[in-house]
Amino acid sequence: MHFRAIVFFIASVILLINSPVFAAAPIKIGALFAVTGPAAFLGEPERNTAQMVVEEINKAGGVKGHKIELIVYDTTGDATKAVQLANKLIKNDKVVAIIGPSTTGETMAVIPVVEKEQIPLISCSAGSKITEPVKKWVFKTAQNDALAVGRIFDQLRKQKLTKVAILTVSDGFGSSGREQLKAQAAKYGITIVFDDTYGPRDTDMTAQLTKIRNSPAQVIICWGTNPGPAVIAKNARQLGVKTPLYMSHGVSSKKFIDLAGDSAEGIRLPSGKVLVADLLPASDNQRKSLLVFIKDYQRQFKAEGDHFGGHAWDAVMLLKNAIEHGGDSPASIRDQLEKTTKFHGIGGTFTYSAHDHAGLGQDAFVLVEVRNKDWAIVK
Amino acid sequence: MPFDQLLQYALSGLSTGAIYALIGIGFSIIYNSTGIINFAQGEFVMLGGMLTLFYINLLKLPLWAAIPASVLTATAAGLLFERLAIRPLRKPTPINMVIITIGGSIFIRGLSMLLWGKDTHSLPPFSGEEPIAIAGATILPQHLWILGITLVIIAANKYFFYHTISGIAMRACSYNGRAAGLVGIDVRRMVLFSFMISSAMGAMAGIIVAPLTMTSYDVGVMLGLKGFCAAIIGGMSSGAATVVGGLVLGILESLGAGLISSGYKDAISFIILLLILFIRPQGLFGKAESERV
Amino acid sequence: MKKELLKFLLFSVLMLLVPLALHGSYLMNVLVFVGIHTMLAVALNLLLGYAGQISLGHAGFFGLGAYLSAILTTTFGFNPWLVMPLAAVVVGLIAFLVGFPILKLKGHYLAMATLGLGVIIYIIINETVDYTGGPSGLSGIPNLAVGTFVFNSDIRNYYLIWTAALAVILLAVNLTNSRVGRALRAIHDSEVAARVMGVNARLLKVQIFALSAIVSALAGSLYAHTMTFVSPASFGFNFSVELLTMVVIGGLGSIYGSFLGAALLTLLPEFLRSAQDFDIIIYGGVLMLMVMFMPGGLVRGVPELLKKMLGNRGGVGNA
Repeated sequence: MHFRAIVFFIASVILLINSPVFAAAPIKIGALFAVTGPAAFLGEPERNTAQMVVEEINKAGGVKGHKIELIVYDTTGDATKAVQLANKLIKNDKVVAIIGPSTTGETMAVIPVVEKEQIPLISCSAGSKITEPVKKWVFKTAQNDALAVGRIFDQLRKQKLTKVAILTVSDGFGSSGREQLKAQAAKYGITIVFDDTYGPRDTDMTAQLTKIRNSPAQVIICWGTNPGPAVIAKNARQLGVKTPLYMSHGVSSKKFIDLAGDSAEGIRLPSGKVLVADLLPASDNQRKSLLVFIKDYQRQFKAEGDHFGGHAWDAVMLLKNAIEHGGDSPASIRDQLEKTTKFHGIGGTFTYSAHDHAGLGQDAFVLVEVRNKDWAIVK
Repeated sequence: MPFDQLLQYALSGLSTGAIYALIGIGFSIIYNSTGIINFAQGEFVMLGGMLTLFYINLLKLPLWAAIPASVLTATAAGLLFERLAIRPLRKPTPINMVIITIGGSIFIRGLSMLLWGKDTHSLPPFSGEEPIAIAGATILPQHLWILGITLVIIAANKYFFYHTISGIAMRACSYNGRAAGLVGIDVRRMVLFSFMISSAMGAMAGIIVAPLTMTSYDVGVMLGLKGFCAAIIGGMSSGAATVVGGLVLGILESLGAGLISSGYKDAISFIILLLILFIRPQGLFGKAESERV
Repeated sequence: MKKELLKFLLFSVLMLLVPLALHGSYLMNVLVFVGIHTMLAVALNLLLGYAGQISLGHAGFFGLGAYLSAILTTTFGFNPWLVMPLAAVVVGLIAFLVGFPILKLKGHYLAMATLGLGVIIYIIINETVDYTGGPSGLSGIPNLAVGTFVFNSDIRNYYLIWTAALAVILLAVNLTNSRVGRALRAIHDSEVAARVMGVNARLLKVQIFALSAIVSALAGSLYAHTMTFVSPASFGFNFSVELLTMVVIGGLGSIYGSFLGAALLTLLPEFLRSAQDFDIIIYGGVLMLMVMFMPGGLVRGVPELLKKMLGNRGGVGNA
């Protein structure tokens, strides 16, 4: 008796699924963002931005007369779901390109799928290994961790500081940063004298900071996303740690200053230019894109556009350009993407080539410091 | 190991431990009156912090008014939870209870996410942020608030359970529900009380810790688990043993992070939990009880 | 028993024919995961539905299986077919050893202890970065292959996974209809009574726990080779809860119910899905409502409901 229900269930599922999906004229672009779950702080602004940009493109008449249809799925930050949804986008929705996923882990999981199905993917996550080595169908817009690390180390070299303590969060973002920090230190003549981690949900890091206080470190570099670094900033102030504190681009938004309060003063971090768009000189190539993005985001969502949303902005605009330059099949979009030169986006100025699918240089980052509860550019 | 460093670990551990203790007592109160482990307990901790923020930011209440308002709201949520999810249960087996409270915790978390978004927020500290030095170690005024309020709550708790008629009735239910019913105690009402008290305590824990640790819709899970560890170490007592359990756990964690490895510090607390369950399931301080069939 | 076998054959034929209707659809890919989840749900159901022992740590065994396969084949270059049984045996052994102290506990304590075990496994996977790649995961895991035939498409994986899943179902059906199954149910109802009747309750519980872990590890290995990527996030507490939900929604103590639960929970998001945030509430709400109104799960609840509705109308409630 139970069994009949199951047979019925299987049959009805098959029927449901085979109901025809009507294909229409618009160009379909898929997007995978971690809108909920632990990486929602990435996925939510990314989804908002992508939808906003597509809406605006369509309002202006679309691309070459075609409207763009954006199909967004929520991966919840789970690699398994990301793979299922990538398959769904490709086989069911028949998209010509995919934007996302939001995290490096999900992107690595999705790569075999898009490589096999030959669909261009523009990832919005930062892990260097996404495009190193170069994969034919995979591009990315988020700045490599390596660039952020380089930007900090550059500054330290200038100030002749050589002993560094690193404190990284034990998730994908932190461990990728930790790898880069360790890999690049020698090149800049820096020794890592202290290396420890903290959990993404930890609420007290005084233990680690106490150890750092008693180490010979001249600088502390903390690699994480909110709220961990804010807790660390508060703990450091509580303990009276005078060692200068550097954060990663993972906290480059006003949110961090809100959370850390007074403890944020004097903290430095590498950031995409979106944070300080109004402080940039008029000659800056990215300035125009940045101001448009910030204004639109403010109008639409009553919130400050951050560089996570920027990754999605860049991805949509890069795709738009590729389609405008003659691509409307996945293969030609890919070829056009690879020809992108000097695209002034939010994350930086992109130039892709056959050997470089990350497309950004060190100038994508500026070093900023918190002064009077606001950002200032460190010269 | 220099003394000031050890002292710092101990002080940090104490304040974290006080929070675990409060949450743990919440677990114990419900467990003792109903035999249910309320897996949603951590969500009330989250509600405390998030509701306070809501009252401060949206209704523009001052902090001193927002705190009681949010404790009351969380208590009401606890009441609703018991009425709507626990009481109607037709087959209250332990497995069903575990599942329904897990379902409840997901539901409360989801609702908070929809209402207040996914951002992390911070509450203003109750009185300033100037560190206080104690023999080479430093703490914040908020740490004193945490320890002080924990003490007050535990004392109030003790008074309630030993010196008020409702409290004594609730204790009677925990020893033997049927007998308590026979002498005229409304057992179902006592169960409802226990849910209300423990959600209020959870919420209070969430409020006093939020200025230090920030809060967001998903902070409840880990805090809930840690609180449960504290309750287990204390042998599910709703008194001093669980408080000691919480403090021990907090200090061990802090020492574990300081002396062994911060990556494994959560693993350390769960290994302790398992060892205690294996070796002394009655808790560190309890007397062994013979198995009832 | 004959009836059981017939049911199984019918189910197998049905599952093996599904690709004919769905060939080329992305749903083939989802059904691969339904297969993996079915294995896991059946494994957990043996423990929960038959022996009455809860586990909130099964994602840990699943993860251990996946990571053992991933590491040994990718980093050390072992043959995947060799590693798979090895991983299953290792995980089974761990479960067997841990099982003795853990299964002494009951009810909530057992739930908490298994939860702790799952968290510990998760942390170890997350922290041993040199072997597991840590939180960013491990990629480049080879697909399974027989000679030159590589299981690298959805349809091939479908048959691979479902062969395994059907084998697990057959095993479970046989087991539950044997002496062991009866002994398990006896433990479920009253452990003391079972012991008095001469059932070695303690050993039996541990054996079932180990078997359940072995099947989960096997599912993990297969997962690793079909996904070709693993990361710790897939094996956390949330996934243990999800598995529990599958078993409960399907129906405790019903093997095909576990399939139903696994299928429903894996497919349902496909129909609900848009990038909205409501599914988490639906998820929690469904879990609560199921326990409240259909404690027997869908396999018992739906026919009961139908019976009631039909009965009220015309009294032909004997279907």
